[in-house]
Formats: sequence, C-alpha cells, structure tokens
Amino acid sequence: MDIIIPIKQVPETSNVKMDKETGTMIREGVVSVINPLDLYAIETGIQLKEKFGGKVTVCTMGPQSAAKALKEAIAMGCDEGILISDRKFAGADTWATSYTISEAIKQLGSYDLIITGERATDGDTGQVGPGIAAWLGLPLATYVSKISDVTQESIIVERLVEDGYQILQMPLPALLTVVKEVSNPRLPTLRGKKKARAYEIQVMNAADLQLNEACIGLKGSPTRVIKIGYPKVTRSGKIVKASGDTGLNDAVDALLQFLEEKELI
Amino acid sequence: MSHVWTIAEQSKGKLRAVSFELLSRGRKLADKMGTKLCAVLLGANVSDESLQELIYRGADEVYFVDDHRLENFVVETYSNVLSDLIRQYKPHTILAAATSSGRTLMPHVAIQVTTGLTADCTELDIEEETNHLLQTRPAIGGNIMATIKTPNHSPQMATVRPKSSRPLALERTRQGKITRLALKEELLDPRVQVIGYREDTEEFANIEEAEVVVAGGKGMKKAENFTLLRELASHFNGVLGASRDAVDRGWLPYPHQVGLSGKTISPKLYICAGVSGSIQHLAGIKTSEYIVAINQDPDANIFRLADFGIVGNLFEVIPLINAKLAARKQKEGE
Ligand SMILES: Cc1cc2nc3c(=O)[nH]c(=O)nc-3n(C[C@H](O)[C@H](O)[C@H](O)COP(=O)(O)OP(=O)(O)OC[C@H]3O[C@@H](n4cnc5c(N)ncnc54)[C@H](O)[C@@H]3O)c2cc1C
Ligand SMILES: Nc1ncnc2c1ncn2[C@@H]1O[C@H](COP(=O)(O)O)[C@@H](O)[C@H]1O
Repeated sequence: MDIIIPIKQVPETSNVKMDKETGTMIREGVVSVINPLDLYAIETGIQLKEKFGGKVTVCTMGPQSAAKALKEAIAMGCDEGILISDRKFAGADTWATSYTISEAIKQLGSYDLIITGERATDGDTGQVGPGIAAWLGLPLATYVSKISDVTQESIIVERLVEDGYQILQMPLPALLTVVKEVSNPRLPTLRGKKKARAYEIQVMNAADLQLNEACIGLKGSPTRVIKIGYPKVTRSGKIVKASGDTGLNDAVDALLQFLEEKELI
Repeated sequence: MSHVWTIAEQSKGKLRAVSFELLSRGRKLADKMGTKLCAVLLGANVSDESLQELIYRGADEVYFVDDHRLENFVVETYSNVLSDLIRQYKPHTILAAATSSGRTLMPHVAIQVTTGLTADCTELDIEEETNHLLQTRPAIGGNIMATIKTPNHSPQMATVRPKSSRPLALERTRQGKITRLALKEELLDPRVQVIGYREDTEEFANIEEAEVVVAGGKGMKKAENFTLLRELASHFNGVLGASRDAVDRGWLPYPHQVGLSGKTISPKLYICAGVSGSIQHLAGIKTSEYIVAINQDPDANIFRLADFGIVGNLFEVIPLINAKLAARKQKEGE
C-alpha cells in the first residue's frame, strides 16, 4: 500500500505576525512545527504501511526551510520526503495550494491512498484535502475517525459527522482527511532521526511541475486577504469569589442574576 | 441571475436548523444588493411544509433536487449536482454551513467551478461599489480576524459557522416559488457508498450546533463527576463538551472536545468548570456569545475570557447552581 501524505509546516506560537500589505503571514523568526493535526495523518499512514507493506511519502509545499518538517516525518517512520518549493508559490490560497500539490502528486507515480490532516492550525480552513481530491478526481472521505477495513481495491472508513459516524466504502485510490480520533501519533525514534539526517529531500519547483503559472501563488489565488484585525482577546467579565457558605451562596445568586439579565434562563 | 444562494441541509428528510440560520445571513446580503435569495437543497423525502418553511424564513425561491440517491451526503455526487446548478443559474453568492458536509462539499465545488472559498466565516457583508462579498473569519486560533474577498471569480462563496446567526422569525405570509428538480443521471457518482451509520455513545454530541455547551476539564477529577455537568446542561437543553485533558482521560469521547484539535464552537452560552483555559482551548471558544467559568484558581487563564467567573470549588458551586435552577423551575411551574 503506497501512501502519500501532504503535510504543512505551521508556526508554533499562536502570536503570529501578519504582513499588512499582502495580508499573508510573516514567517521569519517564528519556530515552525508540523501542523499538529497532520501527525494523525502521518501515524495512520505508517500504521497502514506496517500492516500491508508499501511506502509512505510525505510532501509539503512551502519554503526551503519546510524540509525540516519532512525530516521530522521521516524520523517518525515515513520513507520519502518531497519538498514542493518555489518563490512563485508564495501567497497561494487553498485553491492554488491544492492545484500545486495535486500536480506534484501526479509526478509521483501510482499510489493507493492520500491522507491529509483535518485542517492546518494556522490557516484553519480544511479546504486543501477536499481540493486535492477534486483536482485528482479521487473519491473523498473527510473527518475520518477510523479505518475499519482495507482490501486491495477498497477501504471502509468511519467519518465523524454532527450526530454520529457515517460509514463509507470507497474504491482505492482515495483521499482521506483524518481527525485526532483516528490514531495516536508516535514519537521519532533514534534510528529514525539518524535516517532522516542522512536522507536527501527531493525538491520540485514550478518548472519541474510544468505548472500553469496563472494557477499558482498569489496570482493564481481567487481569494485576497484585504484586511487583518486583532480582536480583543480578554473580556472584562465579572469575577466573584465563592468562599465560605455566604460567599458561595452570593456567588451563585450573582451568576443566576447574570444569566437572567442576558436572558439565558 | 446573480442571486444569493444558501445551501440548505437535511438529515433523514428533515431540514437542519443551520439551513434557516443561513437564510437570515443571505437575506441581508440579497436585500443590500436588491436581488433574490434562493435556498438550494439536495435530498429525498423532504415534505412540502419543510420546503415552504424555507420561504417563510426568508427565501424567495427554493430549488430542491429530489432523488432517493441524494438521501445521504456523498461529496462526489453532491458536488457534481451543485456545480451543474451553478453553471446553469450563475448565482452571485453562495453561503453554505461550516458543518461536516458543508466544509467538505464547498472546497470540492470551488475547484470544479474555479472560484475562491472562505471557510468558517463569522461576518459577511457586501462591498458597496463592487458588490463583492466581504468575508470575515477568525484565523490562527482566533488571534486574528481576516477579511477576505474574491475579486475576479464568480460565484463568491463562503461557509458560515453554525450558531453564528439567528434564524428569521417564521413569516407565514411570505410568498415564494418552489422548484423541484430531477437528478441528472450523468451527475451521479456511484464510487462511494454509505454502508452504515453509528450514533455517538454520549446522548448528543453535536456541540457545534448547540445553543448551550457545558464543558468540563481535568478539574472534574473523574468521569462519574460529569453527571454534575449533565444535570447543569439539562437546565439549558445544552450538550456536554470537554477539554483535551478530559477527553484524553476517556471521560468523554473525542467528538466532545473543544479547542484547537477539537471543535471550534460559537454557542450562545459556554459554561466550563475545571478548565484552566489554555491557548488551545480558548481557540475553540473565542466566538461564544457568553462565557461562564468556574475554577478554584483565581489566576486561571480562563477568567481572562469569561463574561462571568466564579472562583471556587466546582464540587460545591455546581451542585448549588443545579439546586437553585431546579428550585427556580419548580417555582415557575407552580
Ligand atoms: C497541538 C495542541 C493541541 C491542543 N488542542 C487542544 C484542544 O483542542 N482542546 C483543549 O482543551 N486542549 C488542547 N490542548 C491541550 C492544552 O494545552 C491543555 O493541556 C488543556 O486544554 C488543559 O486541559 P484542562 O484545562 O482540562 O486541564 P488543566 O490545565 O489541568 O486545568 C484544570 C483546571 O481545573 C481547576 N480545578 C481543579 N480542581 C478544581 C475544583 N475542585 N474546582 C474548580 N476548579 C478546579 C484547576 O485550577 C485548573 O485550572 C492542545 C495542546 C497542543 C499542544
Ligand atoms: N502547503 C501545504 N503543503 C502540504 N500539505 C498541505 C499544505 N497546506 C495544507 N496541506 C494539507 O491539507 C490539510 C488541510 O489544510 P488547510 O486546508 O490549510 O486547513 C493539512 O492538514 C495538510 O495535510
């Protein structure tokens, strides 16, 4: 079973700065990690490989420094790492990103499964996985919480929906986006780290992929960020202390009064 | 031509509440542009009364693609059908719900019809001169609000967070047109089959669409203690949520997890007890209308975001709240 896992490198801190001109994020000087939600995709891929054989290829579209994320994934147990990188890709929205990644995947030859994270914690859209499936015409299951059965030709998965789990059977190759419930990510091993250090990441740029330039980067993105605002994080709420019997009673009465005022009870 | 569309959702033939929330959003936009508002629904076994309710709650027109093979959401076929409708009718704007189906369908459609899509918007407006849809959404864990537009592509598309708007009141005098459409065979994609359904073990886990969410964290100490919160939630017809620590300990299943690696919610009221308020947890609750926190630590981060906080032992505070709410209810009943 050959599996491709697109992963994203995201800033670790939640205090990221934005470029007011372009509306894109300033990444310089921020520690980057693998999107935490992509770890579940990576773990799922490695487990499937361990069970059925084959190989796991991770790929990421990002700056040269995103090679570090690929190495981390290899240290966890992935086999190959592909960096899709070009200045021309900068500023891509989910439409252009999913186009670029799907073109790169076409270059990678045959595969049985593509697994992405549910969403990236920075952009927070969850649109790239479904977008790649649409570009490649692959059957798609989003919010996958469990892989119940895999055969040569098909896969049965459970996907998390609003009031339960929908069970889907789909032919391979297919694309899954997975949620946290699907697996428990492992830590890199010492051996894995050694392998990752020696591994030479393959790089693909716009020319290698013969991309339609009108479809990549900021120029190829239908959406534009036109304004960035910083919402007030703190609310100056009322805080009461419930200490001692009267304190407790008064605090709860004050809460009930608050709920009444706001017409919540 | 150039209408505003909302994508209504149904489950087992019944319209989901978010369908009406979208109409109240759509109504404002359509009125601002002086155009019509249409609700588009894919499904089966939907009653005439339900379709009529879409009109009573703001739609001028309803397009219902009615076929038993559309009973369950399957993205491939749904995306083919919606893309086909878009090519045919050329709507100006499409709003869908940021639900498990809306967030799957719309990015798929965006590729098929070559346009932009903004996820999980909390505010929408129309730019005066251009009629562009201005789409505002939280990003980076709610730390920024980004306003996004799609200047050169059509339609303008956004998904909207459930519970971030109220449905319009039922107006039984509203008139509108209902059109039933047949499913074109060539749009049916048979590859993915829905072969089953499993309900969540906890009675109701739909925390994204709940008006009131009552959540517990590590401070709840053990699973059994969630009965306190269950009782509290029952006073509000609310549902249970949990911090990641509580979920990781197995006190509630994952669909109840609130936060960065769980769900982002915008209920009218969020009550939490024994939750410290880590950045990752706060990322999931920032757009709640009111936040009430109970924590014994006066310096707990959760109090920064609380509209009302009680510093105290939750094992004393919650039973007393429950008792007082029960007494209040009894008094009202008399
Ligand atoms: C990548 C990543 C993603 C994450 N995603 C999420 C997420 O989606 N959701 C999430 O919640 N967390 C998430 N976390 C974890 C987060 O960092 C915190 O560890 C977690 O939120 C803490 O949960 P808690 O508040 O229940 O526990 P704690 O931080 O241990 O807080 C327990 C609180 O209970 C209070 N308490 C104890 N006893 C009582 C009592 N008797 N009465 C009143 N108060 C009491 C204490 O004062 C304390 O403040 C994530 C972390 C990472 C790194
Ligand atoms: N630049 C990227 N390179 C590789 N994979 C990506 C990239 N952006 C997003 N993805 C994948 O798509 C998922 C959803 O991302 P997003 O749509 O940005 O929320 C992520 O969890 C990744 O698996």
